[in-house]
Amino acid sequence: MTLYERLLVLDRRWIFLILAIVIVGAIFVPITIPATAAKEVEVIYNTIEELKEGDYILVAMDYDPNAMAELHPMSYTILEQCFRKKLKVITLTLSQNGAGMVDEALKGVADSSTMYARITPKYGTDFVFLGYRPYYALVILSMGQNFRVNFPADYYNTPLDSIPIMKGIQNYDDVKCVISISGGNVADAWVANANGRYNVKVALGTTGVMAADYYPFYQSEQIFGIIGGMKGAAEYEHLAKNPGPAIEAMKIQVFAHIVIIAFIVIGNIGFFMDRRARKRSGGQE
Amino acid sequence: METAWLTLGALLTIFTFSFLYKDNVLYKIAEHLVVGISAGYFVVLLIKTNLWPIMSQRLFVKGDEGWALDQWWYFIPLILGMLMWTRFSKKWSWVSRYPLAFYIGIASGLTIPLELKNRVVEQISASILKFKFDFSATGFLMVPQGAWDTFVIIGVMCCLIYFFFSKEHKGWFGGSAKIGIYTLMIAFGASFGYTVMARISLFIQRIQYLRDWITAITS
Repeated sequence: MTLYERLLVLDRRWIFLILAIVIVGAIFVPITIPATAAKEVEVIYNTIEELKEGDYILVAMDYDPNAMAELHPMSYTILEQCFRKKLKVITLTLSQNGAGMVDEALKGVADSSTMYARITPKYGTDFVFLGYRPYYALVILSMGQNFRVNFPADYYNTPLDSIPIMKGIQNYDDVKCVISISGGNVADAWVANANGRYNVKVALGTTGVMAADYYPFYQSEQIFGIIGGMKGAAEYEHLAKNPGPAIEAMKIQVFAHIVIIAFIVIGNIGFFMDRRARKRSGGQE
Repeated sequence: METAWLTLGALLTIFTFSFLYKDNVLYKIAEHLVVGISAGYFVVLLIKTNLWPIMSQRLFVKGDEGWALDQWWYFIPLILGMLMWTRFSKKWSWVSRYPLAFYIGIASGLTIPLELKNRVVEQISASILKFKFDFSATGFLMVPQGAWDTFVIIGVMCCLIYFFFSKEHKGWFGGSAKIGIYTLMIAFGASFGYTVMARISLFIQRIQYLRDWITAITS
């Protein structure tokens, strides 16, 4: 068996093992990867920066724990920025297994803001968590009429009217923009129902798998910005001068991508060499 | 206690990754736990944060003289929802078609016009009207933005030609279809690149978790 024939029948577990070794090793490499924010990420950061103290923003954390690797860094950085700007933050989740995770994340962000930014955001005054409701498209549509249609009470079952931050707040007209950090089709519903129906300014934070599918909405100006995957999260952390897990992960990504590219090149060399050898021997391609 | 939870998470992570070597009982344990806990969590969450508040704050309201009927019309979705359970009976399963008909009717009525607007009208408009063909402004890779706009228009047209099967793909038509395939390949490549990054991101986060776990149990 020739070398390139061996390449084509290489047990995939070797690839997993090499990739794992590289990723574990890369954690300990003390380098910093320069981050340059893309225009579509920067516009979200600038929009939040330009809001005034006391302005309302809706942050929808529409993902399950299985997407938290990519989306948690975005949520943390955006929420910390909102708290630093002293904005009033309304949060919710339209992902069925996300409620407990979002509740925990909000407490974590409030704690980290207290620790690092010397700001103590208070629940009910500075932010509120509305919780989870099923049938996301209908929920997004109904919030255009009134938040109370689907959320008469918050996650802790406190009636919305008795929460200070929600007094006088009716619908999308009262929020400056919506940021949906989404791990699934909920992003479509925000574009179609919130922007399409109510003309709300919507920006998306998506997983890497989804990102390419949502860029057309940015080009058509149906969304005003998009943060795609871990790279987008790292760019946002860089803009916010708030380095976190995404920037660290991008350093490791670089090494992993080099390995993957090397395997793609080797695999293709093996494929073409094998094809040439078959042609020469008069066999079928 | 926190270390115990961390350890449980770390063990389940290792169990899951063991599938990369080969299917085994530890992976099955982790898989079944995820499915079971997700389903159980969702059911409890729905009852606690949706069904019960609707029944106790809208359908019935607790006043000074006990519970009283308030917004009676919530009985309609409640009854429709209960009718869905008739699917489990061979004799009565036809009844479940009525709530399904309501659901499909409402969903179609809401979705079709909005999807048409967002995915068709807006996208066509963006592919024709929103380009400025500004050749003085520099775009990606230092190429004038106008050239990129032209590239997108040609790409869209060629992709549409590729999916047009009423005429044989020969001559200039076939050449355009080929450009359409290459345009699609660029899109698939971008999507694949993002997907690789996403999968590696998940793995990195788990490795970071395992690192934090080792730090926690050794410190």
